[in-house]
Amino acid sequence: MKALRFAAQLLLYVPLMALIGYFSTRPQFTVIGPDEALLRLSFTHAAAPVHACRKRSAEELAKLPPNMRAPLDCPRERVPLRVSLELDGREVFERTVPPAGLRRDGDATVYFRTAVPAGRHRVVVRMGDQPGGGFNYTKAATIDFAPGAAWVIDYRPSEGGFVLRG
Amino acid sequence: MVAAPAGVGPGLWVRLERAFDRAFGAAANPLRNLGTLGFLFFWVLAVTGIYLYVRFDTSIAGAYGSIDHLSRAEWYFGGVLRSVHRYAADAFIVVTLAHLAREWAAGRFRRFRAFTWISGVPLVWLLYASGIVGCWLVWDARAQFSATATAEWLDALPMFGGTLVRNFIFADSVNDRLFSLFVFLHVGLPLALLAGMWVHVQRLSQPRTLPPRALALGMLAMLLALAFAHPVQSGALANPARVPAALDLDWFVLFAHPLMYATSPGALWILVGAATAVLLGLPWLVRGAAPVAARVSLANCNGCGRCVADCPYQAVLLAPRSDGRPGRLAQVNAARCAACGICAGACPSSTPFRSARDLVSGIDLPDLTVHDLRRRLVAALGGSGILVFACEHAAKGEALARAGNEVLALPCIAMLPPSFIEYALRRGARGVFLLACREGECIYRLGTELTAARLAGRREPHLRPSVPRARVRVGDFGLGEEARALDALDAFASMLANGGNPHG
Repeated sequence: MKALRFAAQLLLYVPLMALIGYFSTRPQFTVIGPDEALLRLSFTHAAAPVHACRKRSAEELAKLPPNMRAPLDCPRERVPLRVSLELDGREVFERTVPPAGLRRDGDATVYFRTAVPAGRHRVVVRMGDQPGGGFNYTKAATIDFAPGAAWVIDYRPSEGGFVLRG
Repeated sequence: MVAAPAGVGPGLWVRLERAFDRAFGAAANPLRNLGTLGFLFFWVLAVTGIYLYVRFDTSIAGAYGSIDHLSRAEWYFGGVLRSVHRYAADAFIVVTLAHLAREWAAGRFRRFRAFTWISGVPLVWLLYASGIVGCWLVWDARAQFSATATAEWLDALPMFGGTLVRNFIFADSVNDRLFSLFVFLHVGLPLALLAGMWVHVQRLSQPRTLPPRALALGMLAMLLALAFAHPVQSGALANPARVPAALDLDWFVLFAHPLMYATSPGALWILVGAATAVLLGLPWLVRGAAPVAARVSLANCNGCGRCVADCPYQAVLLAPRSDGRPGRLAQVNAARCAACGICAGACPSSTPFRSARDLVSGIDLPDLTVHDLRRRLVAALGGSGILVFACEHAAKGEALARAGNEVLALPCIAMLPPSFIEYALRRGARGVFLLACREGECIYRLGTELTAARLAGRREPHLRPSVPRARVRVGDFGLGEEARALDALDAFASMLANGGNPHG
């Protein structure tokens, strides 16, 4: 009887073992197709203030406490960032991103990911960070996307604007 | 320990548990030990994790290599421990989710159980957070995928807004400090989980936090067998410039990532937030009738503390007396009281031999006082049958009311003070049969075992040695086992008819 119970216990451990063993690695999850690559657009950038700084008059400065007599009156709020991404002439991403912060004076952060069929593609990214809403930064490039490659479009002013990394 | 509503037979889960009882026995039944198995797997993770931490290189260059080395070059020990660590985490999630589903199905989230239920909900978050961060330490393609997916999910919150993911998609942003953060999280989150597990059992008396040895050894053997049969291996080294087409995903830990990509980060937040809100709100969403809490009689309580020791939910505490006399007094926290009556069964003043016309116990159930119980007992005596004290949640007691047997129902069999058995026998009862819940199915956790301990003299109040044990029988039968209970009662009756000789 004891042997029978022991055998029954063994038999009942097997399904748990099989459950854990199988689902710890299977089924495989397909992140992107075998003939695809991944393109990400990711950057953080502070757009321009909503309007230009204004020079304070002498009278205005005189009314201010001495420690607050800044000659320029600059707004804290920044304009929203406009971003567009084109792939082979087709716009795949377009967004107006508000600045972070309660006073809308922080950076605007952009993140977008899309799978791209492997092969050569024309990529155009545009950004507008000035009042008025137009695009004032553009980067166009032809990229040869290898299967499984991950490309990132970043914006780094120190490197001259948009950079493509893959 | 899952109770079915009155008038309904045992549910599928209860039937499954009973089937497992046949192989494991009720005490070591894994389905009745899901919570304790969670504790076991936690400690397995802690012990194996300490070894892995000692061997882990917390640097971008060394993290992957140090773990991969264990699996390949030291597969016989380090590799096995790594696999056991991983599978214990998976098993921890399996038993935790099963534990949650079981308690939900049994309706164990209301009123006196609300604290235990609510304190369990954050543990699910902590468990997943610990497991997900643990996956990152390996820093293979799966780790990179998980870290990136988690960052994308968190970035959906306005406070992050897309900045976190930048830590994982550029080769130059993954550095040694990041691994120090991972290690900190993978130690800190499990410690928070352990603290939460401690809080989780605080409102339970005599909580069991480890499974019986046989079950623990069985589970450890299973983890080891799995580690040898299907050793865990790292995938390719993480490379931010590459995306794996297909991943060997650990679905127990990382199922949320595919779910997010199938929907959106926002949708996953809504889903997870709604699930958490439902779980946390369940005690208020489904309330049911409030039990009438036990009450203490100042004049009859001597502050002995037996009710405090036996209360399954720590609803009774000892406090300074309010009548100026020295000593302490039992005090009932009504919100925690299950009205099971176990406290009344433990009270030394709950003896029917007291001469008081109105029997008032030190602690009593207003809906069924010890005085009521004595009155019903006296009324039931004098018949030719056996006196049956039946738990209302066990097999239906009315099925035993035949051939002159008298059945007295109790909210829990441990509400019966052992002195009532002696009283009944002295007053002419042929025999006393206690119908208790099946082992492991007491809805008040401790009723069946407290009764057994009191009758065996291992716990106060005990059944006096002078009481003829042959005229007392305990049968533990769950709902749906009325026929077996009746057979046991008939066998008891036959034995009594044969003068106490079980073989006639």
